[in-house]
Amino acid sequence: MMQYEIPDDLLYAKTHEWARVDNLDVTLGITSYAVEQMDKEIVNIELPEKGRIVAKGESFGVVDSVKAAFDLYSPVNGEVTAVNKSILNQPEMVANAPYTEGWMIKIRMSNAHDLDDLMKSEKYKTFLESEEH
Amino acid sequence: MIPYLCSTEEEQKKMLAEIGAASLEDLFHSIPRELMTHTFPVLPPALREYELLREIRNIAGRNGISPKSVSFMGGGVYEHFIPSIVPALAGRAEFVTSYTPYHPEASQGNLQVFFEYQSLITRLLEMDISNASMYDVATALAEGVIMAAGQMSGRKRCLVAETMHPFYRDVLATYMKNFDLELVILKSTGGIVPLASLEKELDDQTVCAVYQHPNFLGCLENMNAASERIHASGALFLSVVDPISLGLLSPPGQYHADIAVAEGQCLGMPPWFGGETLGIFTCKKEFMRKMPGRLVGLTTDTRGKRGFVLTLQTREQHIRREKATSNICTNHALNAIKATIYLSAMGPSGMKEIAQTCYANAQYALSQIKQLGKYHIPFEGPVFKEFAVKARNGNVPELIQALAPKGFLVGPDLGAFLPEWKNCFLICTTEIRNRKEIDELVKALNALS
Repeated sequence: MMQYEIPDDLLYAKTHEWARVDNLDVTLGITSYAVEQMDKEIVNIELPEKGRIVAKGESFGVVDSVKAAFDLYSPVNGEVTAVNKSILNQPEMVANAPYTEGWMIKIRMSNAHDLDDLMKSEKYKTFLESEEH
Repeated sequence: MIPYLCSTEEEQKKMLAEIGAASLEDLFHSIPRELMTHTFPVLPPALREYELLREIRNIAGRNGISPKSVSFMGGGVYEHFIPSIVPALAGRAEFVTSYTPYHPEASQGNLQVFFEYQSLITRLLEMDISNASMYDVATALAEGVIMAAGQMSGRKRCLVAETMHPFYRDVLATYMKNFDLELVILKSTGGIVPLASLEKELDDQTVCAVYQHPNFLGCLENMNAASERIHASGALFLSVVDPISLGLLSPPGQYHADIAVAEGQCLGMPPWFGGETLGIFTCKKEFMRKMPGRLVGLTTDTRGKRGFVLTLQTREQHIRREKATSNICTNHALNAIKATIYLSAMGPSGMKEIAQTCYANAQYALSQIKQLGKYHIPFEGPVFKEFAVKARNGNVPELIQALAPKGFLVGPDLGAFLPEWKNCFLICTTEIRNRKEIDELVKALNALS
């Protein structure tokens, strides 16, 4: 299986978003696996406005590769408190640094238990192995 | 007797034998018996080709106009000159029979033409980008308004000049049924939309304002002033233009239109059946990813050679599905090819000459009609190729009917669109009209009243 960078301090969704949790603040982005699925060619990103209320499982944006468009799903209920606007003009930042400069939005979640459905890094790695077969 | 179908009975038998069917009826065996009908309307016997041609000619002969009719008809679809090179090249089988160029490896010829189309259109309208065309100006306009609304979330009002073609407004209203947008008409005076009308309605809830220039009445609007006011209020400016007029009038890029659409019929397409239409759609660079329709891009292949592809396809519905910017999935591509050939044949100097001739003809016709003293010119402002004429003694439909057998086609009857325009009709003089024809028209108008 291809080696993907999967940081240990993050939580992961089956839809390949990662979450960095700091009390009730959650930062979201997409994993290196997702980036690889798009041949590392991300050409366009659509993100919500600050203040938007998102529901768990709801799409909060779209990321386009050359050939396909992918919805971005929020793993939690909450309010968007920050949006990384710099990636809108430089979508390649997501491909190059998906866990750092390529972060997408921050949500103030209403219920920490929403995170219970997310996977820790080891479980996500196992999940990826099954995805690849 | 020449058969219409290309397979002989012998060939049909062979094909049936190959697939293991005993007869043609066998091919329908999967349809339940009870759903099959065995009674058919009685049709007359099949005609031979020459009998059929005669029959069709008889039917066509019932058209109320003679081949010698001279068209002075305006109102959105026009009889302009079509250079022979347009049908000669556009009629080539490679163009006529091609399908949508989603396979670039098999469509370089088409894709190149559409890329050239886009390039020529952006030059003509002086706008940043053009798509590879849409169906017609009305649907292009509706798509433009939808795109504008998408850019201005939270705002809900779309201002539309009363002097825009009422049919385009109707189409827009149809599209708006499914959007939470309010269509507001900007009232006109003297054949144009005065600034006061615009200022009265512009507010922080306005998505865009749409003006047609020259407008439906043939008059020129004040696009610079309108553009300034509209942009000052944070709204977008959409213009509907006549491509032929751009050989003389300032193109939309010059008055900073955000989105500019046009009917491309006058660029090499005949006015038959209400016109073969071509939706021209252009906009500023910043809307590139929100544009509807196809976009052709220039690229290189794996060997570094120049090639063309449909690009930014993630806007389209075969990828984005319900989130696509539009669900247009076809267009009038052959007409885009015709427009490209037309524009290449004309070039900038040809376009200038055509526009100047249209303008000169209209000025001449205007002055001659004014001199008769029997008709009134209701709108004072400058015009381009068509203008409104008011019949002093009412009945425009009768007037139009009376002129037709004399070989003159005028119209449409403007009163049919708006009560304020009652007793008025349009006269349009394209570049193919000449002085003699105009003189005869004026004579005929004189004889009528």
